[in-house]
Amino acid sequence: MSSVEFRKDLFADERDDNLKEIGKPTIRQDILGHVTGRTPFYDDHQFDGLLHMRAVRSPHHHAQIRGIDTSAAERMPGVRRVLTAKDVPNNLNTLLSLINFGRDDEPLCAHDKVRFMGETVAWVIADTERQARDAVAAVRVDYNVLPHVLDVEEALQPNAPVVNEVYPNNTFDYNGKYDHQKLRFGDVNKAFAEADHIVEAEYQMSPIEQAPIETCGAIAAPETNDRFVCYTNTQALFFSLGTTSKLLDIASSRLHFIGGTAGGGFGGKVDSIVEPTAVLGAMLTGRPVRFAWDREEEMQVGAPRGGERWRIKDGVMNDGRIIAREFTGFFDSGAYVRLSSYAIVKCTGHIPGPYTIPNVASNIYCVVTNRTPATAMRGFGITAADFAIECHMDRVAETVGMNPIELRILNAYRDGDMKAHRRPAKNTALIECCQVAAGKAAWPISADAAAQSSKVGGGVGERGVIPASVTDEDGKIGDRRAGRSEGTSPSRRGTGKVAAGTRVEAKTEAHMQDPDMALEADRIGHRMGSASTAPPAPAPAATPAPPAPAPVAATPSHPQPTAPVPPAPQVQPSAPVPTPPPAAPEPYQPEQPFQRGLNRPGTSRFTSGFRRR
Amino acid sequence: MQVETFSTLQEASGAVHDRAQFLAGGTILMRAVTYGDQSFDTIVRAQQVDRSIGSDAGGLRIGAGATMADVLASRDVDFLHPVARAIGGPQVRNMGTVGGNIFARNPYGDFAVALLALDAQAVMADGRTMPLGDLLATRERPGGLVQAVTIARPESGTFRFRKVSRVKPKGVSVMSIAAHLKRGDPRVVFGNMAPTPTRSVGAERALANGTDAGAIAAACSACLEGLAPADDPLATEWYRREVAPVHLKRLLEEGARY
Amino acid sequence: MAKTPVTFTLNDMETALFVDPGANLNDVLRRGAGDLTTKNGCGQGTCGACTVLIDGVPHLSCLTLAESTEGRRIDTTGGLAGGPELHPLQTAFMEGFAAQCGFCTAGMLMAAKALLDKTPNPTREDVVEAISGNLCRCTGYEPIIDAILTAAARMQGRAV
Repeated sequence: MSSVEFRKDLFADERDDNLKEIGKPTIRQDILGHVTGRTPFYDDHQFDGLLHMRAVRSPHHHAQIRGIDTSAAERMPGVRRVLTAKDVPNNLNTLLSLINFGRDDEPLCAHDKVRFMGETVAWVIADTERQARDAVAAVRVDYNVLPHVLDVEEALQPNAPVVNEVYPNNTFDYNGKYDHQKLRFGDVNKAFAEADHIVEAEYQMSPIEQAPIETCGAIAAPETNDRFVCYTNTQALFFSLGTTSKLLDIASSRLHFIGGTAGGGFGGKVDSIVEPTAVLGAMLTGRPVRFAWDREEEMQVGAPRGGERWRIKDGVMNDGRIIAREFTGFFDSGAYVRLSSYAIVKCTGHIPGPYTIPNVASNIYCVVTNRTPATAMRGFGITAADFAIECHMDRVAETVGMNPIELRILNAYRDGDMKAHRRPAKNTALIECCQVAAGKAAWPISADAAAQSSKVGGGVGERGVIPASVTDEDGKIGDRRAGRSEGTSPSRRGTGKVAAGTRVEAKTEAHMQDPDMALEADRIGHRMGSASTAPPAPAPAATPAPPAPAPVAATPSHPQPTAPVPPAPQVQPSAPVPTPPPAAPEPYQPEQPFQRGLNRPGTSRFTSGFRRR
Repeated sequence: MQVETFSTLQEASGAVHDRAQFLAGGTILMRAVTYGDQSFDTIVRAQQVDRSIGSDAGGLRIGAGATMADVLASRDVDFLHPVARAIGGPQVRNMGTVGGNIFARNPYGDFAVALLALDAQAVMADGRTMPLGDLLATRERPGGLVQAVTIARPESGTFRFRKVSRVKPKGVSVMSIAAHLKRGDPRVVFGNMAPTPTRSVGAERALANGTDAGAIAAACSACLEGLAPADDPLATEWYRREVAPVHLKRLLEEGARY
Repeated sequence: MAKTPVTFTLNDMETALFVDPGANLNDVLRRGAGDLTTKNGCGQGTCGACTVLIDGVPHLSCLTLAESTEGRRIDTTGGLAGGPELHPLQTAFMEGFAAQCGFCTAGMLMAAKALLDKTPNPTREDVVEAISGNLCRCTGYEPIIDAILTAAARMQGRAV
């Protein structure tokens, strides 16, 4: 039997091996349904009088829609209804609007122009799938084809066609200020000047389709209580429900979503397109409607992992220590942002990979192009960057003539090391991974490398503190389109400096509302610092911090609203200068009382959920 | 969509017209039906199909209805087993037919590549016989249904086949190559390097007098002559031109020389 | 639309249906005969999720013209278990983690059943070949191959 090998010898002191379930194989609770074929997938629910809905799709990457003639299609046998954008009550959305991130940029059905090949321009609902397909072929769309852009860096050129007018610079706007996501940690330029070697390379990853064996689909039907039931294979049932509520401007209480069973997803079933479409069909026909992508649609319009382009520049010493690493990254979000903006935030928190490097800088762009919109796929935001990083590690090893595994162990992060996103590393295991991999591959490593441990040597001295960090102001929105920006890589000259800081404990943004929310160290794991439950140790003598530029939140650890907000200080400019003792915590004071639902223009008030600011 | 069912291939022949397609194994036609192909609205089928494989005085005869699995089950055509095995997975091989493969557009049609290299003759339902190359040239408007194909058994070790695909074990072809290395009159046929399986006149000329290293080198450098590869989602025209000589060289260098 | 009558034996049951002209067997089994154990993953013969046995031989139901199955015997996963008793393949798939999302499983089981019916003692290579027309995106195939070998051994009374 193929099996997972449990290396119980590693980190044994951090784990209880006498648990009943954890660490032991368990038969899946849904397996009997799978092996008997009785698991009810969305399409295994049968309805009398089921209608079939198919989309009319754009054959162009980028085109203005001058007119749509549905008259011939409407007269075809079996056709119940032909729908266009005007049938969608609130035809503009962005997936992350449900968590208040990004601007609405995507219609469910294109109306003024199409922005990628395969974009929906109309739908047909008919008695049989073949009749719907025949009618789709009879819909006439008059396109005025526009120039398109399929390359991320071409899209950043001042003369590039504007793909999506909501983002006129062809980039997502971070914090209302930057056309990219920035990370600054230390001073890479100073370190490059001191390095023995500079290693630079570019990496390009193609989009990858999740290709679940069951394609995306949903069946919606009116229920007798004036609700609509929707059977769907979404991976994000409440996301899909909220999105449907918003796009169709219908109270979420009138939507009865049933999901939880997906024939594979891998991130490809979170975009909440088939559900609002099927519910719209059921609303407008009063009949059960099935909207399911065929395999070609799944491959053509199903959102993939986006393509990414990476440039990495390392400053390396002769002994293999990497003292600086600089990234320039381009995520191809396709025509609509969906989750790519979030993927970049996640990626920025991951940089520079599982290594402790004292000087790190990155500029990462979320670029809008005329490609199929990208979305989630297994570790998106991390996987492709890691591919680039690990290829680059081999390049560095070649440059300094070092065993590539020993190079990784030498530079690996260890418990307590300060990561570039200003959180100490915890539960690190790269060194042990490298050692086990070397053993499995019979790849010789030195006795010294074999003796290293993730638990030893981390957080010592400079490894555990935030260095003084050089900032810059390049990349502001608008400059690039005006052609004034010097480039996309992190700036060669700094314009400001954030003072160095000590390691930070977990940030407390707001007091807990409920005692049940208190973290209990003994319930959540072994490596939780005692500081979280014990009162903070009083800091040494109170001296005002030296005058320094206002600390800039280089990497928000949470997605922030795009409306300009003053960045919250995340780093206390302190050590080596001692900080004043923390003031007694103020009780939490929300700016506005909690309220049900959203109160944003263009947003359905009925979208579910409490909102906490 | 309508289905017209006939007893024999001869009767079905008369029913095929511009908007009708003949159903063989269904592996390509049924996909077109399901996906709403608007170019035809009638399926013509025959209940009796010729699945026999056998030899007679004239050589080997393979019924057009023989599936790839039938080919694999027949010892008479053992030299074609590597070709049949390279097509699809087990289910497709149980369904896809020799006759249907002749009409399979790129990137399919690997079996027809092999048949063309073997100078197959197509026996039509009306009894006419024509060279397979002629049929392939007019296959979009064939003017009849294929009853069977006939081939001469190649001398041992002279027939080679290679399918190049990106996914093992059952990816579709980036290209396929079949060679029948008859001294004086060799055949080298490429699939997916032109709209239909096509002979490489350059390679055939270079191999006319043998397959020594010099002839192989000459064949590889001239192999694109007569071919017209195109871009498709599997590979670009440039890539196909670059790798065709590489794969031809591997094909020619394997096995015994003659 | 004129419909065509078709009769076949589905999992030992005589079944008679009227089908749309051009309908494929997968649609007819699922929507006509109500046998939802056969899945549809691609409709174009790529994934193998719709595999059924026609006269004991694995076919892609999505590429089979329904009316061409007149008078033939069709077996699906719905008929694999003998009453309350699971087929050894089903048991081995359960115990061996040979399914995650479960969508390819029915097709895998039918491809495996066709193999074991013909080749009771398959080699690993035989198994790989037999399921080479079936795609799985979750498991990486190894647990499936192992489960089929386990089932074969158990059916032959061999220790696993």
